[in-house]
Amino acid sequence: MVRLPLVLLFSAVLFSAGVYGVLARRNAVMVLMAIELMLNAVNVNLVAFATALRDVVGQVFALFVIAVAAAEVGIGLAIVILLYRTRESINVDEVNLLRW
Amino acid sequence: MVGALGILAAETAGAPAHADVSWFVRSAWLVPLLPFLAAGLILFLGKRSPGGGAPWGIGAVGASFVLSLGVLWHVVQGGAAYEASIPWFAIGPLHVEAGILIDGLAAVMLVVVTSISLMVQVYSLGYMHADQRFTWFYVVLSLFTAAMLVVVVSNNVVQLLVGWEIMGVCSYLLIGHWWEEHENSSAAIKAFITTRIGDVPMIFGFFALIAATGFATANIRETTHAIAEGGEVSTAFLAIAALLLFGGTIGKSAQFPLHVWLPDAMAGPTPVSALIHAATMVAAGVYLVGRLFEVFVAADPAVLTTVSVVAAITMLGAALLAIAQDDIKRVLAYSTLSQLAYMVAGLSLGEEGFTAGFFHLFTHAFFKALLFLAAGSVIHAVHSNSMREMGGLRGSMPVTFRTMLIGALALAGVVPLAGFWSKDELLVVAYDTGTTWLFWLFLATAVVTALYTTRMIVLTFFGSYRGQGHPHESPPSMAGPLVALAAATAVVGFLGAPQLGAVFGKWVYVGHPHEAHVVPWIAVLSTAGALAGIAVGWLVYRDARGVDPLAARLGPLWRVLERRYYIDDLYMAAVVLPVRDRLSAAVVWVDRHVIDGAVNGAAWVTRGLARLVAWVDRHVVDGAVNGLGGLTGSSGGLLRYLQSGNVQWYAVMLFVGVIALTVVFIRIV
Amino acid sequence: MTWENSAITITTLLPLVGALVIALVPKGQDRLIRGLGVAVTGVALVLAAAIAVGFDYAAPGLQYVLDVRWIDAIDARYHVGIDGISMPLYVLTFLLSFLCAIYTWRYLPSPGRPKAFVALMLLLETGMAGTFVAFDLILFFVFWELVLVPMYFLIGIWGSDNREYAAIKFFLFTLFGSIFMLLGFLAMYFRSEPHTFDILELQAFAQAGGFSRGFQVVVFGAVALGLAVKVPMWPLHTWLPDAHTEAPTIGSVLLAGIMLKMGTYGFVRIALPLLPDAASAYAPWIGLLAAIAIVYAALACLAQRDLKRLIAFSSVGHMGFVMLGIATMTEIGIQAAIFGMVAHGVITGMLFFCVGSIYDRYHTRQIAEIGGGMLQKMPKLGSTFAYVAIASLGLPGLAGFWGEVMALLASFRPNETLGLDPGLFRVFMVMGGIGTILTAGYFLWMLQRVNMGVLPDRWREAPLADTLAIEWVSWTPLLALILVLGLYPRLVFGMTDEPVAALMSLFGG
Repeated sequence: MVRLPLVLLFSAVLFSAGVYGVLARRNAVMVLMAIELMLNAVNVNLVAFATALRDVVGQVFALFVIAVAAAEVGIGLAIVILLYRTRESINVDEVNLLRW
Repeated sequence: MVGALGILAAETAGAPAHADVSWFVRSAWLVPLLPFLAAGLILFLGKRSPGGGAPWGIGAVGASFVLSLGVLWHVVQGGAAYEASIPWFAIGPLHVEAGILIDGLAAVMLVVVTSISLMVQVYSLGYMHADQRFTWFYVVLSLFTAAMLVVVVSNNVVQLLVGWEIMGVCSYLLIGHWWEEHENSSAAIKAFITTRIGDVPMIFGFFALIAATGFATANIRETTHAIAEGGEVSTAFLAIAALLLFGGTIGKSAQFPLHVWLPDAMAGPTPVSALIHAATMVAAGVYLVGRLFEVFVAADPAVLTTVSVVAAITMLGAALLAIAQDDIKRVLAYSTLSQLAYMVAGLSLGEEGFTAGFFHLFTHAFFKALLFLAAGSVIHAVHSNSMREMGGLRGSMPVTFRTMLIGALALAGVVPLAGFWSKDELLVVAYDTGTTWLFWLFLATAVVTALYTTRMIVLTFFGSYRGQGHPHESPPSMAGPLVALAAATAVVGFLGAPQLGAVFGKWVYVGHPHEAHVVPWIAVLSTAGALAGIAVGWLVYRDARGVDPLAARLGPLWRVLERRYYIDDLYMAAVVLPVRDRLSAAVVWVDRHVIDGAVNGAAWVTRGLARLVAWVDRHVVDGAVNGLGGLTGSSGGLLRYLQSGNVQWYAVMLFVGVIALTVVFIRIV
Repeated sequence: MTWENSAITITTLLPLVGALVIALVPKGQDRLIRGLGVAVTGVALVLAAAIAVGFDYAAPGLQYVLDVRWIDAIDARYHVGIDGISMPLYVLTFLLSFLCAIYTWRYLPSPGRPKAFVALMLLLETGMAGTFVAFDLILFFVFWELVLVPMYFLIGIWGSDNREYAAIKFFLFTLFGSIFMLLGFLAMYFRSEPHTFDILELQAFAQAGGFSRGFQVVVFGAVALGLAVKVPMWPLHTWLPDAHTEAPTIGSVLLAGIMLKMGTYGFVRIALPLLPDAASAYAPWIGLLAAIAIVYAALACLAQRDLKRLIAFSSVGHMGFVMLGIATMTEIGIQAAIFGMVAHGVITGMLFFCVGSIYDRYHTRQIAEIGGGMLQKMPKLGSTFAYVAIASLGLPGLAGFWGEVMALLASFRPNETLGLDPGLFRVFMVMGGIGTILTAGYFLWMLQRVNMGVLPDRWREAPLADTLAIEWVSWTPLLALILVLGLYPRLVFGMTDEPVAALMSLFGG
């Protein structure tokens, strides 16, 4: 039986790695991967707490997040491909379409 | 209104009340109507009818002449005055009728007007035959004749005024008949405006007459009655009314100080001068006084004195001017002024002078028309109005010479021609009424008249011919009327001859029939005066060549006469030019700069205000709004630096935010 | 609905309907549009003539009355009718409009666009005609203002060089006046008991002494200001020469012929009967302004170099005679005024036709440039012009005479029971007399400079056509009317006698 604090530590590390990837990577695909890391870190937490509290709702949420993450990656990759087609680049620094 | 007279037909056809009145008198409304219809006919069909429409005019006036003779016959038989009318229009309390008033005076005037008009229209066949506006000439002549006849038969002042002014406009049209020349059209305007200056007071005088009846009627008999009866009308009112009415006479009969138009009016064709400016229209002013004589008699005696003073000035002043004229028509024009003044002076002598004045009008119409037509015949032959280019025409124009001589002798007052009888009558009346000064003035003027008449005859027919070409006698259409008028001139005087019963006085009178009587020494004196004038004229001008012998002898005085006492110049410089050019320009200046200036100024001020408001609006009101917007904008500008568009930067912010919130959350908890 | 109560409405609104119909016609149909204009105005004229023929001139009061609810909220009613005062002006409106429509058959000033032109002309006709038959103040005001817009465009679009200035000046001037007039109407509405805009009811109310003297003086001032601009009375006249000079021919004809009369008509119909006390208080002042206008306009005419402007200024003087007649507050004076309105409409309308045709040939209105001798080249046009000019200077036997001379006669003795001073009015009379002399002076001088003399060389070869058939068609009725009215003034006096007597009875006269 894995102890809960260890699992939480693991997920925190995983999440931090994700945050770093989102904030620091220039490659859009890498940013998306980093987001996946963060989502999966949350999933780990959900499953860990579900086991510890013997409540299946946590697992349901984990499944839900996986489904959303799949969709999110699908749309995200589509955007990245479009971005690549129009800008010949997937460097997020060069994309500032959201500017005012 | 002449048209309205037509309705009288029905009226008179079934008028048993006047069964004793002859058909001619009851049909007197036809006398003006016929020439009026002729004028319309010639206007619209003249060019397409034979003779250019002239036969229409001559036929109409001929018929009118016959009717007039019939009317006169009624008077000769001692018929009473006849009046008939139909309603014309009503305005408020004032009921105006169209009607005729036939008495001795009107009957005589009808004969004068129609006969002279007939003669002149026949004469014009020859005189005007080559004129490019021949037809139009006959239109206006006929219209004029109709208007004059309307004046004569009017039984009310409104109708009289209508005829009076139409005469005036016909006179304008005929003086300006040859309007290509600027001088002619100017003379026409001068005539119209000058007479109008007299007409306006006359119209006010008519108002006074109408007001005297309480604005009930414009009928001449009723108004003059109302005035003469006195009643609520004060003597001052009466005197002013009479003087105002006399204004019409001063204008139309060209008395001083409005005499200036008549000599210039000679710019018209000569037949016109004969008809309008010698025999008929100018006599209408005298007729007006006669028609409203009760008013003048009932008014303050000072009124009649004023009338005689005006007449006296005109009489002698104009006669003197006639001496200094070179234009043969102008000699006659000034003569006309002078002779009209005789008539007016005669009327100013009261009831006795009434008959004498109108007798002179009657005789003068014939001999002056004759003189003008004869002068026209001369002008027709020599193609000039100037007597410098005439002379010696006795041989080449025998008919013209003889007839004109008859006219001239009549004008000079030589027995037994027309002018002698009427002047003699005036002298007798002046003497009888004790108006001695007028008596001597009549006499003096008679001498001057004989002088200038002789001058005219001598310069025209005696000596040698000074013009160009070969003058020859005029055609029968012109000579015929001359002979007819000469015959009339020879005989009409006897109508007033006391030795033959002076029948004229039984036709035309006020109060009671006028009894003329002979004063032998006056007749001798006047004849002597006339002969003296003729003798002087003959002696002075017998050998005249070119320069006038009197001119050298009179010196500066001659110059004054030539310049017509400088009266025309005075009017031009003191009235016409200042009003026409300067006063009018001043008004326009005021209009443009003061009144319109105020309007445009108001517009300018309004626009200025609008601009101010616009400025305030833009900079103050809108400034506040824009200021708020600007503030928002600039603060947004600052904030926008946070908005880099870099998603990762957003994520950093998010992260920082979450951290911060977490810290805060933890601290609170 | 019977003919009796719908005749006025049908006749008055027919041109408006015509205008709408023309608006639906395609643009290119030039002949059709102009033909429609002639047809509509012609039918309207026939209807108006039918009204005039069916009118009982002996009976008092209004006829052909229609009085129905209109705007309940403000008690405004659709009240129309006609009496002897309105009748001559009403018929004249349709006559002149018809003749203008005929004239437009050939003459349409630049920039063309017959559709708009004819439609506006018809709109104008409805407005003018309606003013003369409205017996409700609001209805009156609506028609009054309705006239402004088409005339504004007629001047502003089809006018000559300075048209925009003239159009705006005309519009603002009139609008300025009518605002005061509207305020006056409102004041009467609120003061009347029960509140009403009906002219006849207000008249009865005023007759019963409903309006205090002070109130009347203020309201009369406001209403008279609006009317005076339209007349125009001196010194509110300066829009007129500009508007006339710049307007196209038919604009000038209608402006002079009808629109000016709306002002004087307003005095007779509204200002006098509704505010009787104030009317007699103001009368000497109106008389004074009228007398000044007569002399002033005549002098101004002497100095004009522009033919059309001269005629325009002469209108100021003629309307002065009309106002002088009204100011005397007598039966004779007011009848003279109405006659003067009709005569001026006919004569000055005709003068503007003549001047328009002269301009059309010479392409200049400057007297000096025309240079005289018109009678040589165009004898018919020249004699017509002379005939009308002589009529305008007031020759007896022609229409212009009666209005002027009767107005002067009335001022010989104004209504003394109302406290008008005869001495003062005799001064006005003398000024009027001087005015007639000056009037004769400038008209004859004008004829001398335009008609007479020798034709200048520059026009000798110019294609100056004498009067055309279409001109004779549109002018003959007016030329005949000038003579007929002159010889038989009963034609108008017979209509106005009864209603004017009734009007004066309001003054206890």
